[in-house]
Amino acid sequence: MSGLNPVWRMGLLILAVLVVSTLVVAVLRRAKPQKNFSELAARVKAWWIMAAVFFGAIAVNERFSLVFFGFLSFWALKEYMTLLKTRPADHRALVWAFLAVPVQYVWVAMKWYGMFVIFIPVYMFLFLPMRLVLARETAGFVAAASQIQWGLMAFVFGLSHLAMLLTFPAIPNSGANGRTLLLFLVFVVEMSDVLQFVWGKTLGRHKILPTVSPNKTWEGFLGGIITTSIASLVVGFLTPFTPLQTIGVALLLAVAGFAGGAVMSAVKRDFGVKDFGELIPGHGGMLDRLDSLCYAGPVFFHLVRYFYY
Amino acid sequence: MSVRDAAQVAFFALGLRPLMTFFIGLRVRGREHLPDRDPFILVANHSSHLDTASLLSLFPLRRLRRLRPVAAADYFERNRLVSTLSQTFFNIFPIARKGLTPETNPLPRMEAALRAGQSLILFPEGTRGSGAELAHFHSGAAHLIENCPEVPVVPAYLVNMGRSLPKGEWIPVPFFCEVRLGQARTFTGSRREITAGLEAAVRELGQLT
Repeated sequence: MSGLNPVWRMGLLILAVLVVSTLVVAVLRRAKPQKNFSELAARVKAWWIMAAVFFGAIAVNERFSLVFFGFLSFWALKEYMTLLKTRPADHRALVWAFLAVPVQYVWVAMKWYGMFVIFIPVYMFLFLPMRLVLARETAGFVAAASQIQWGLMAFVFGLSHLAMLLTFPAIPNSGANGRTLLLFLVFVVEMSDVLQFVWGKTLGRHKILPTVSPNKTWEGFLGGIITTSIASLVVGFLTPFTPLQTIGVALLLAVAGFAGGAVMSAVKRDFGVKDFGELIPGHGGMLDRLDSLCYAGPVFFHLVRYFYY
Repeated sequence: MSVRDAAQVAFFALGLRPLMTFFIGLRVRGREHLPDRDPFILVANHSSHLDTASLLSLFPLRRLRRLRPVAAADYFERNRLVSTLSQTFFNIFPIARKGLTPETNPLPRMEAALRAGQSLILFPEGTRGSGAELAHFHSGAAHLIENCPEVPVVPAYLVNMGRSLPKGEWIPVPFFCEVRLGQARTFTGSRREITAGLEAAVRELGQLT
Protein backbone atom coordinates (compact mmCIF):
# COMPACT_ATOMS: atom_id res chain seq x y z
CA MET A 1 0.00 0.00 0.00
CA SER A 2 2.92 2.36 0.60
CA GLY A 3 3.63 2.32 -3.13
CA LEU A 4 0.25 3.94 -3.72
CA ASN A 5 -0.12 7.67 -4.38
CA PRO A 6 -0.85 9.27 -0.95
CA VAL A 7 -4.15 10.79 -2.10
CA TRP A 8 -5.60 7.42 -3.11
CA ARG A 9 -4.11 5.76 -0.05
CA MET A 10 -6.01 8.34 1.99
CA GLY A 11 -9.15 7.63 -0.04
CA LEU A 12 -8.95 3.97 0.94
CA LEU A 13 -8.38 4.90 4.57
CA ILE A 14 -11.45 7.17 4.63
CA LEU A 15 -13.46 4.39 3.02
CA ALA A 16 -12.30 1.98 5.73
CA VAL A 17 -13.25 4.42 8.51
CA LEU A 18 -16.71 4.89 7.00
CA VAL A 19 -17.29 1.16 6.61
CA VAL A 20 -16.23 0.53 10.23
CA SER A 21 -18.49 3.37 11.51
CA THR A 22 -21.44 2.02 9.56
CA LEU A 23 -20.83 -1.47 10.97
CA VAL A 24 -20.53 -0.10 14.52
CA VAL A 25 -23.91 1.62 14.18
CA ALA A 26 -25.45 -1.58 12.81
CA VAL A 27 -24.01 -3.60 15.74
CA LEU A 28 -25.21 -1.02 18.27
CA ARG A 29 -28.70 -1.14 16.76
CA ARG A 30 -28.81 -4.92 17.04
CA ALA A 31 -27.30 -4.98 20.55
CA LYS A 32 -29.62 -2.34 22.01
CA PRO A 33 -32.87 -2.45 20.05
CA GLN A 34 -34.65 -0.43 22.75
CA LYS A 35 -32.44 2.63 22.15
CA ASN A 36 -32.94 5.12 19.34
CA PHE A 37 -29.93 5.38 17.04
CA SER A 38 -31.63 7.16 14.17
CA GLU A 39 -29.76 10.44 14.68
CA LEU A 40 -26.44 8.62 14.84
CA ALA A 41 -27.33 6.66 11.71
CA ALA A 42 -28.30 9.88 9.91
CA ARG A 43 -24.97 11.43 10.87
CA VAL A 44 -22.96 8.48 9.61
CA LYS A 45 -24.94 8.46 6.38
CA ALA A 46 -24.26 12.19 5.96
CA TRP A 47 -20.54 11.48 6.53
CA TRP A 48 -20.55 9.11 3.56
CA ILE A 49 -21.95 11.87 1.37
CA MET A 50 -19.70 14.61 2.76
CA ALA A 51 -16.60 12.42 2.39
CA ALA A 52 -17.52 11.52 -1.18
CA VAL A 53 -18.24 15.13 -2.13
CA PHE A 54 -15.09 16.44 -0.48
CA PHE A 55 -12.85 13.74 -1.87
CA GLY A 56 -14.34 14.19 -5.34
CA ALA A 57 -13.88 17.94 -5.12
CA ILE A 58 -10.19 17.74 -4.36
CA ALA A 59 -9.33 14.68 -6.46
CA VAL A 60 -10.54 15.99 -9.85
CA ASN A 61 -8.39 19.08 -10.40
CA GLU A 62 -7.36 22.33 -8.79
CA ARG A 63 -9.82 24.60 -10.64
CA PHE A 64 -12.70 22.40 -9.62
CA SER A 65 -11.51 22.41 -5.99
CA LEU A 66 -11.42 26.22 -5.99
CA VAL A 67 -14.99 26.45 -7.23
CA PHE A 68 -15.98 23.95 -4.56
CA PHE A 69 -14.32 25.87 -1.71
CA GLY A 70 -15.65 29.15 -3.09
CA PHE A 71 -19.12 27.68 -2.90
CA LEU A 72 -18.54 26.47 0.68
CA SER A 73 -17.51 30.01 1.69
CA PHE A 74 -20.50 31.48 -0.11
CA TRP A 75 -22.94 29.10 1.58
CA ALA A 76 -21.38 29.61 5.01
CA LEU A 77 -21.58 33.39 4.58
CA LYS A 78 -25.22 33.06 3.50
CA GLU A 79 -26.08 31.08 6.62
CA TYR A 80 -24.40 33.66 8.83
CA MET A 81 -25.77 36.75 7.07
CA THR A 82 -29.33 35.38 7.04
CA LEU A 83 -29.29 35.22 10.84
CA LEU A 84 -27.89 38.75 11.25
CA LYS A 85 -30.21 41.61 12.05
CA THR A 86 -29.36 43.70 9.02
CA ARG A 87 -30.72 47.17 8.33
CA PRO A 88 -32.28 48.17 5.00
CA ALA A 89 -29.40 50.67 4.69
CA ASP A 90 -26.90 47.79 4.61
CA HIS A 91 -28.16 46.41 1.27
CA ARG A 92 -25.43 47.68 -1.06
CA ALA A 93 -22.63 46.94 1.41
CA LEU A 94 -23.94 43.38 1.74
CA VAL A 95 -23.92 42.96 -2.03
CA TRP A 96 -20.24 43.98 -2.02
CA ALA A 97 -19.51 41.64 0.89
CA PHE A 98 -20.87 38.70 -1.12
CA LEU A 99 -18.94 39.82 -4.18
CA ALA A 100 -15.78 39.51 -2.11
CA VAL A 101 -16.24 35.71 -2.12
CA PRO A 102 -15.44 35.08 -5.81
CA VAL A 103 -12.78 37.81 -5.76
CA GLN A 104 -10.96 36.19 -2.84
CA TYR A 105 -10.89 32.89 -4.73
CA VAL A 106 -9.55 34.63 -7.83
CA TRP A 107 -6.47 35.56 -5.78
CA VAL A 108 -6.17 31.90 -4.80
CA ALA A 109 -6.45 30.83 -8.45
CA MET A 110 -3.71 33.34 -9.34
CA LYS A 111 -1.62 31.97 -6.44
CA TRP A 112 -1.17 35.63 -5.45
CA TYR A 113 -0.37 35.19 -1.77
CA GLY A 114 0.20 38.90 -1.05
CA MET A 115 -3.25 39.89 -2.25
CA PHE A 116 -4.93 36.79 -0.81
CA VAL A 117 -3.73 37.65 2.66
CA ILE A 118 -4.63 41.38 2.68
CA PHE A 119 -7.71 41.68 0.47
CA ILE A 120 -10.32 41.05 3.18
CA PRO A 121 -8.42 42.19 6.31
CA VAL A 122 -7.28 45.44 4.67
CA TYR A 123 -9.19 46.42 1.55
CA MET A 124 -12.66 45.06 2.38
CA PHE A 125 -12.17 46.28 5.94
CA LEU A 126 -11.64 49.82 4.67
CA PHE A 127 -14.17 49.68 1.86
CA LEU A 128 -17.28 48.29 3.56
CA PRO A 129 -17.67 51.02 6.23
CA MET A 130 -17.19 53.59 3.47
CA ARG A 131 -20.00 51.99 1.47
CA LEU A 132 -22.17 51.94 4.59
CA VAL A 133 -21.53 55.64 5.11
CA LEU A 134 -22.90 56.36 1.65
CA ALA A 135 -26.25 54.95 2.80
CA ARG A 136 -26.34 57.89 5.28
CA GLU A 137 -27.71 55.90 8.22
CA THR A 138 -25.70 56.24 11.43
CA ALA A 139 -27.96 54.35 13.86
CA GLY A 140 -26.48 50.86 14.20
CA PHE A 141 -23.49 51.76 12.01
CA VAL A 142 -20.71 50.25 14.13
CA ALA A 143 -22.67 47.05 14.69
CA ALA A 144 -23.36 46.68 10.97
CA ALA A 145 -19.76 47.34 9.93
CA SER A 146 -18.39 44.95 12.56
CA GLN A 147 -20.79 42.09 11.90
CA ILE A 148 -20.32 42.14 8.15
CA GLN A 149 -16.53 42.28 8.45
CA TRP A 150 -16.49 39.50 11.03
CA GLY A 151 -18.47 37.22 8.73
CA LEU A 152 -16.07 37.89 5.87
CA MET A 153 -13.07 37.16 8.07
CA ALA A 154 -14.39 33.93 9.53
CA PHE A 155 -16.10 32.36 6.53
CA VAL A 156 -14.42 33.80 3.48
CA PHE A 157 -10.92 34.72 4.61
CA GLY A 158 -10.65 31.83 7.09
CA LEU A 159 -12.07 29.11 4.85
CA SER A 160 -10.17 30.29 1.78
CA HIS A 161 -6.99 29.13 3.53
CA LEU A 162 -8.13 25.57 2.82
CA ALA A 163 -8.10 26.32 -0.90
CA MET A 164 -4.83 28.25 -0.63
CA LEU A 165 -3.19 25.12 0.83
CA LEU A 166 -3.71 23.50 -2.57
CA THR A 167 -1.30 25.98 -4.15
CA PHE A 168 1.63 24.63 -2.10
CA PRO A 169 4.06 22.67 -4.28
CA ALA A 170 5.47 19.28 -3.30
CA ILE A 171 7.81 19.33 -0.32
CA PRO A 172 11.13 17.63 -1.23
CA ASN A 173 11.99 14.31 0.43
CA SER A 174 8.38 13.60 1.48
CA GLY A 175 5.18 12.57 -0.23
CA ALA A 176 3.56 15.81 0.89
CA ASN A 177 2.09 18.53 -1.31
CA GLY A 178 -0.76 21.02 -1.03
CA ARG A 179 -3.39 18.41 -1.65
CA THR A 180 -2.10 15.90 0.92
CA LEU A 181 -1.70 18.70 3.49
CA LEU A 182 -5.33 19.71 2.94
CA LEU A 183 -6.43 16.09 3.38
CA PHE A 184 -4.43 15.89 6.60
CA LEU A 185 -5.96 19.11 7.95
CA VAL A 186 -9.56 18.19 7.16
CA PHE A 187 -9.21 14.59 8.34
CA VAL A 188 -7.61 15.54 11.67
CA VAL A 189 -10.08 18.36 12.39
CA GLU A 190 -13.16 16.33 11.51
CA MET A 191 -11.84 13.31 13.41
CA SER A 192 -11.29 15.57 16.41
CA ASP A 193 -14.88 16.85 16.16
CA VAL A 194 -16.21 13.30 16.06
CA LEU A 195 -13.96 11.98 18.84
CA GLN A 196 -14.77 14.94 21.11
CA PHE A 197 -18.45 14.22 20.48
CA VAL A 198 -18.06 10.50 21.19
CA TRP A 199 -15.99 10.98 24.37
CA GLY A 200 -18.40 13.65 25.57
CA LYS A 201 -21.46 11.48 24.91
CA THR A 202 -20.04 8.41 26.65
CA LEU A 203 -18.02 9.83 29.56
CA GLY A 204 -18.90 13.54 29.67
CA ARG A 205 -19.62 14.84 33.20
CA HIS A 206 -18.00 18.23 33.75
CA LYS A 207 -19.22 20.99 31.47
CA ILE A 208 -16.50 23.12 29.98
CA LEU A 209 -18.53 26.12 28.73
CA PRO A 210 -22.02 25.63 30.20
CA THR A 211 -23.44 28.98 29.07
CA VAL A 212 -22.13 28.63 25.51
CA SER A 213 -22.42 24.97 24.62
CA PRO A 214 -23.95 22.68 27.26
CA ASN A 215 -22.87 19.58 25.30
CA LYS A 216 -19.16 20.32 25.52
CA THR A 217 -17.42 18.66 28.47
CA TRP A 218 -13.89 18.43 29.80
CA GLU A 219 -13.97 14.66 29.26
CA GLY A 220 -14.99 15.16 25.63
CA PHE A 221 -12.40 17.86 25.05
CA LEU A 222 -9.43 16.07 26.64
CA GLY A 223 -10.39 12.60 25.41
CA GLY A 224 -10.96 14.01 21.93
CA ILE A 225 -7.74 15.94 21.53
CA ILE A 226 -5.57 13.17 22.99
CA THR A 227 -7.03 10.37 20.88
CA THR A 228 -6.95 12.63 17.82
CA SER A 229 -3.26 13.33 18.22
CA ILE A 230 -2.47 9.63 18.59
CA ALA A 231 -4.69 8.63 15.67
CA SER A 232 -3.11 11.33 13.51
CA LEU A 233 0.00 9.12 13.26
CA VAL A 234 -1.95 6.91 10.86
CA VAL A 235 -2.19 9.81 8.39
CA GLY A 236 1.30 11.13 9.01
CA PHE A 237 2.26 9.93 5.50
CA LEU A 238 0.36 12.97 4.16
CA THR A 239 2.80 15.37 5.81
CA PRO A 240 6.52 16.14 5.97
CA PHE A 241 6.37 15.94 9.79
CA THR A 242 8.23 13.53 12.08
CA PRO A 243 5.88 11.41 14.25
CA LEU A 244 6.41 13.71 17.23
CA GLN A 245 5.67 16.78 15.10
CA THR A 246 2.57 15.09 13.70
CA ILE A 247 1.24 14.58 17.23
CA GLY A 248 2.01 18.19 18.13
CA VAL A 249 0.37 19.62 15.01
CA ALA A 250 -2.71 17.41 15.44
CA LEU A 251 -3.00 18.57 19.06
CA LEU A 252 -2.86 22.19 17.91
CA LEU A 253 -5.47 21.57 15.21
CA ALA A 254 -7.79 19.80 17.64
CA VAL A 255 -7.59 22.70 20.09
CA ALA A 256 -8.07 25.28 17.31
CA GLY A 257 -11.03 23.27 16.02
CA PHE A 258 -12.53 23.22 19.49
CA ALA A 259 -12.15 26.99 19.69
CA GLY A 260 -13.84 27.39 16.31
CA GLY A 261 -16.75 25.20 17.40
CA ALA A 262 -17.13 27.07 20.67
CA VAL A 263 -17.06 30.48 18.95
CA MET A 264 -19.72 29.44 16.44
CA SER A 265 -21.81 28.03 19.30
CA ALA A 266 -21.68 31.45 20.94
CA VAL A 267 -22.75 33.03 17.64
CA LYS A 268 -25.72 30.65 17.43
CA ARG A 269 -26.66 31.36 21.06
CA ASP A 270 -26.57 35.08 20.35
CA PHE A 271 -28.84 34.61 17.31
CA GLY A 272 -31.12 32.31 19.31
CA VAL A 273 -30.87 29.33 16.94
CA LYS A 274 -29.80 25.72 17.43
CA ASP A 275 -28.30 25.15 13.99
CA PHE A 276 -27.16 27.40 11.16
CA GLY A 277 -29.37 25.63 8.64
CA GLU A 278 -30.82 22.33 7.52
CA LEU A 279 -28.55 21.38 4.65
CA ILE A 280 -26.97 18.24 6.15
CA PRO A 281 -29.29 15.75 7.89
CA GLY A 282 -28.23 15.12 11.52
CA HIS A 283 -25.57 17.83 11.38
CA GLY A 284 -27.47 21.09 10.67
CA GLY A 285 -26.21 23.72 8.27
CA MET A 286 -22.95 23.91 6.38
CA LEU A 287 -21.49 26.11 9.14
CA ASP A 288 -22.29 23.55 11.81
CA ARG A 289 -19.78 21.28 10.07
CA LEU A 290 -17.24 23.93 8.99
CA ASP A 291 -17.03 25.85 12.29
CA SER A 292 -13.85 24.09 13.46
CA LEU A 293 -12.15 24.42 10.07
CA CYS A 294 -12.71 28.21 10.06
CA TYR A 295 -10.23 28.31 12.93
CA ALA A 296 -7.97 25.34 12.28
CA GLY A 297 -7.54 26.20 8.56
CA PRO A 298 -5.64 29.50 8.94
CA VAL A 299 -3.64 28.15 11.90
CA PHE A 300 -2.43 25.12 9.94
CA PHE A 301 -1.80 27.10 6.74
CA HIS A 302 0.48 29.65 8.38
CA LEU A 303 2.27 27.03 10.44
CA VAL A 304 3.16 25.00 7.35
CA ARG A 305 3.98 28.09 5.32
CA TYR A 306 6.32 29.41 7.99
CA PHE A 307 8.28 26.20 8.34
CA TYR A 308 8.27 24.74 4.82
CA TYR A 309 7.78 27.46 2.18
CA MET B 1 -46.10 24.86 -27.30
CA SER B 2 -45.66 28.41 -28.50
CA VAL B 3 -42.34 30.25 -28.79
CA ARG B 4 -43.25 32.24 -25.69
CA ASP B 5 -43.93 29.08 -23.67
CA ALA B 6 -40.63 27.57 -24.79
CA ALA B 7 -38.77 30.76 -23.89
CA GLN B 8 -40.32 30.76 -20.44
CA VAL B 9 -39.52 27.08 -19.83
CA ALA B 10 -35.91 27.63 -20.93
CA PHE B 11 -35.63 30.72 -18.73
CA PHE B 12 -36.88 28.78 -15.71
CA ALA B 13 -34.94 25.58 -16.34
CA LEU B 14 -31.61 27.26 -17.11
CA GLY B 15 -31.81 30.54 -15.23
CA LEU B 16 -34.34 31.07 -12.51
CA ARG B 17 -34.51 27.62 -10.93
CA PRO B 18 -30.73 27.15 -10.60
CA LEU B 19 -30.57 30.69 -9.20
CA MET B 20 -33.26 29.89 -6.63
CA THR B 21 -31.49 26.70 -5.59
CA PHE B 22 -27.82 27.72 -5.61
CA PHE B 23 -27.94 31.49 -5.07
CA ILE B 24 -31.02 32.20 -2.95
CA GLY B 25 -31.10 28.72 -1.39
CA LEU B 26 -34.89 28.72 -1.40
CA ARG B 27 -36.48 26.66 1.38
CA VAL B 28 -40.05 25.38 1.15
CA ARG B 29 -42.33 24.50 4.04
CA GLY B 30 -45.58 22.72 3.31
CA ARG B 31 -44.55 21.58 -0.15
CA GLU B 32 -47.28 18.94 0.11
CA HIS B 33 -49.82 21.78 -0.09
CA LEU B 34 -48.57 22.84 -3.52
CA PRO B 35 -51.74 22.41 -5.62
CA ASP B 36 -51.24 19.61 -8.12
CA ARG B 37 -53.92 20.75 -10.55
CA ASP B 38 -55.14 23.98 -12.08
CA PRO B 39 -57.03 26.18 -11.60
CA PHE B 40 -56.33 27.52 -8.12
CA ILE B 41 -55.95 30.95 -6.57
CA LEU B 42 -52.75 31.52 -4.61
CA VAL B 43 -52.76 34.42 -2.16
CA ALA B 44 -49.53 35.69 -0.61
CA ASN B 45 -47.86 38.61 1.10
CA HIS B 46 -45.78 40.85 -1.16
CA SER B 47 -42.44 42.52 -0.53
CA SER B 48 -40.23 41.79 -3.53
CA HIS B 49 -39.90 40.82 -7.17
CA LEU B 50 -38.53 37.55 -5.79
CA ASP B 51 -42.04 36.67 -4.57
CA THR B 52 -43.43 35.77 -7.99
CA ALA B 53 -40.16 34.27 -9.16
CA SER B 54 -39.84 31.95 -6.18
CA LEU B 55 -43.48 30.85 -6.23
CA LEU B 56 -43.39 30.03 -9.95
CA SER B 57 -40.11 28.13 -9.55
CA LEU B 58 -41.86 25.56 -7.35
CA PHE B 59 -44.13 24.24 -10.08
CA PRO B 60 -43.38 21.66 -12.79
CA LEU B 61 -42.18 23.41 -15.95
CA ARG B 62 -45.07 22.13 -18.07
CA ARG B 63 -47.55 23.97 -15.84
CA LEU B 64 -45.88 27.37 -16.20
CA ARG B 65 -48.07 28.42 -19.11
CA ARG B 66 -51.17 27.98 -16.96
CA LEU B 67 -49.81 30.01 -14.02
CA ARG B 68 -50.65 33.70 -14.18
CA PRO B 69 -49.20 36.11 -11.62
CA VAL B 70 -51.62 39.01 -11.44
CA ALA B 71 -49.54 42.16 -11.88
CA ALA B 72 -50.12 45.91 -11.93
CA ALA B 73 -50.31 47.12 -15.54
CA ASP B 74 -49.11 50.61 -14.55
CA TYR B 75 -45.82 49.05 -13.37
CA PHE B 76 -45.24 45.96 -15.52
CA GLU B 77 -46.49 47.54 -18.73
CA ARG B 78 -44.83 50.91 -18.21
CA ASN B 79 -42.80 50.45 -21.40
CA ARG B 80 -42.45 47.97 -24.26
CA LEU B 81 -39.33 46.28 -22.90
CA VAL B 82 -40.62 45.63 -19.37
CA SER B 83 -43.95 44.53 -20.76
CA THR B 84 -42.43 42.06 -23.20
CA LEU B 85 -40.04 40.63 -20.62
CA SER B 86 -42.66 40.19 -17.91
CA GLN B 87 -45.13 38.62 -20.33
CA THR B 88 -42.55 36.33 -21.91
CA PHE B 89 -40.78 35.11 -18.80
CA PHE B 90 -43.43 35.44 -16.11
CA ASN B 91 -46.66 35.12 -18.08
CA ILE B 92 -48.15 37.99 -16.08
CA PHE B 93 -51.85 38.76 -16.00
CA PRO B 94 -51.86 42.57 -16.22
CA ILE B 95 -54.62 44.48 -14.44
CA ALA B 96 -55.36 48.16 -13.94
CA ARG B 97 -54.95 49.32 -10.35
CA LYS B 98 -56.55 52.78 -10.39
CA GLY B 99 -59.49 54.56 -11.97
CA LEU B 100 -61.40 51.39 -12.82
CA THR B 101 -64.28 51.72 -15.26
CA PRO B 102 -66.61 48.91 -16.39
CA GLU B 103 -64.29 48.50 -19.40
CA THR B 104 -61.05 48.25 -17.41
CA ASN B 105 -62.49 46.19 -14.52
CA PRO B 106 -60.25 43.10 -14.51
CA LEU B 107 -62.63 40.81 -12.60
CA PRO B 108 -64.52 39.37 -15.61
CA ARG B 109 -61.20 38.64 -17.34
CA MET B 110 -59.83 36.97 -14.21
CA GLU B 111 -62.95 34.82 -13.85
CA ALA B 112 -62.67 33.85 -17.50
CA ALA B 113 -59.03 32.87 -16.98
CA LEU B 114 -59.95 30.62 -14.04
CA ARG B 115 -62.74 29.00 -16.07
CA ALA B 116 -60.25 28.41 -18.86
CA GLY B 117 -58.10 26.40 -16.41
CA GLN B 118 -55.53 29.06 -15.63
CA SER B 119 -54.38 29.62 -12.05
CA LEU B 120 -53.95 33.09 -10.60
CA ILE B 121 -51.31 34.28 -8.14
CA LEU B 122 -52.55 37.29 -6.19
CA PHE B 123 -50.87 39.71 -3.79
CA PRO B 124 -53.87 41.35 -2.10
CA GLU B 125 -51.70 43.93 -0.33
CA GLY B 126 -51.69 45.59 -3.75
CA THR B 127 -48.05 46.65 -3.64
CA ARG B 128 -44.67 45.58 -2.29
CA GLY B 129 -44.34 46.34 1.42
CA SER B 130 -41.27 46.42 3.64
CA GLY B 131 -41.64 42.74 4.49
CA ALA B 132 -41.86 43.54 8.18
CA GLU B 133 -45.62 44.12 8.44
CA LEU B 134 -48.50 42.60 6.54
CA ALA B 135 -50.54 45.47 5.02
CA HIS B 136 -54.34 45.31 4.92
CA PHE B 137 -55.64 43.23 2.05
CA HIS B 138 -57.63 44.88 -0.72
CA SER B 139 -61.02 43.39 -1.56
CA GLY B 140 -60.32 42.33 -5.16
CA ALA B 141 -59.39 38.77 -4.22
CA ALA B 142 -62.63 38.45 -2.24
CA HIS B 143 -64.67 39.60 -5.26
CA LEU B 144 -63.02 36.92 -7.36
CA ILE B 145 -63.46 34.19 -4.72
CA GLU B 146 -67.10 35.16 -4.24
CA ASN B 147 -67.73 34.77 -7.97
CA CYS B 148 -65.75 31.54 -8.29
CA PRO B 149 -66.40 29.74 -4.98
CA GLU B 150 -65.42 26.33 -6.36
CA VAL B 151 -61.80 27.28 -7.07
CA PRO B 152 -59.47 26.23 -4.21
CA VAL B 153 -57.53 29.01 -2.52
CA VAL B 154 -53.95 28.41 -1.33
CA PRO B 155 -52.50 30.80 1.25
CA ALA B 156 -48.75 31.38 1.18
CA TYR B 157 -46.30 33.38 3.24
CA LEU B 158 -42.95 34.47 1.83
CA VAL B 159 -40.03 35.05 4.18
CA ASN B 160 -36.95 37.26 3.63
CA MET B 161 -37.75 38.08 -0.01
CA GLY B 162 -38.06 41.80 0.72
CA ARG B 163 -34.84 41.63 2.67
CA SER B 164 -32.99 40.04 -0.25
CA LEU B 165 -34.41 42.24 -2.97
CA PRO B 166 -36.32 45.22 -1.56
CA LYS B 167 -38.21 47.79 -3.56
CA GLY B 168 -35.83 50.02 -5.46
CA GLU B 169 -32.88 47.59 -5.50
CA TRP B 170 -31.80 45.54 -8.50
CA ILE B 171 -29.17 43.17 -7.13
CA PRO B 172 -30.40 40.66 -4.52
CA VAL B 173 -28.43 39.88 -1.38
CA PRO B 174 -28.53 36.07 -1.16
CA PHE B 175 -30.23 35.67 2.21
CA PHE B 176 -31.97 32.31 2.52
CA CYS B 177 -35.60 32.84 1.56
CA GLU B 178 -38.54 30.64 2.43
CA VAL B 179 -41.93 29.88 0.95
CA ARG B 180 -44.54 28.63 3.42
CA LEU B 181 -47.60 27.05 1.86
CA GLY B 182 -50.89 26.48 3.63
CA GLN B 183 -53.55 23.91 2.89
CA ALA B 184 -55.85 24.68 -0.06
CA ARG B 185 -59.36 25.60 1.10
CA THR B 186 -62.45 27.58 0.16
CA PHE B 187 -63.62 30.85 1.69
CA THR B 188 -67.27 31.82 2.09
CA GLY B 189 -69.25 34.67 3.58
CA SER B 190 -69.36 38.36 2.81
CA ARG B 191 -66.54 40.05 0.94
CA ARG B 192 -65.35 41.60 4.13
CA GLU B 193 -65.28 38.18 5.82
CA ILE B 194 -63.47 36.59 2.92
CA THR B 195 -60.86 39.36 2.90
CA ALA B 196 -60.36 39.04 6.66
CA GLY B 197 -60.14 35.24 6.30
CA LEU B 198 -57.46 35.49 3.61
CA GLU B 199 -55.47 37.94 5.64
CA ALA B 200 -55.70 35.75 8.73
CA ALA B 201 -54.62 32.65 6.79
CA VAL B 202 -51.54 34.39 5.40
CA ARG B 203 -50.72 36.01 8.74
CA GLU B 204 -50.96 32.64 10.50
CA LEU B 205 -48.34 31.16 8.17
CA GLY B 206 -46.19 34.20 8.88
CA GLN B 207 -46.24 33.47 12.58
CA LEU B 208 -45.00 29.88 12.30
CA THR B 209 -41.61 29.38 13.89
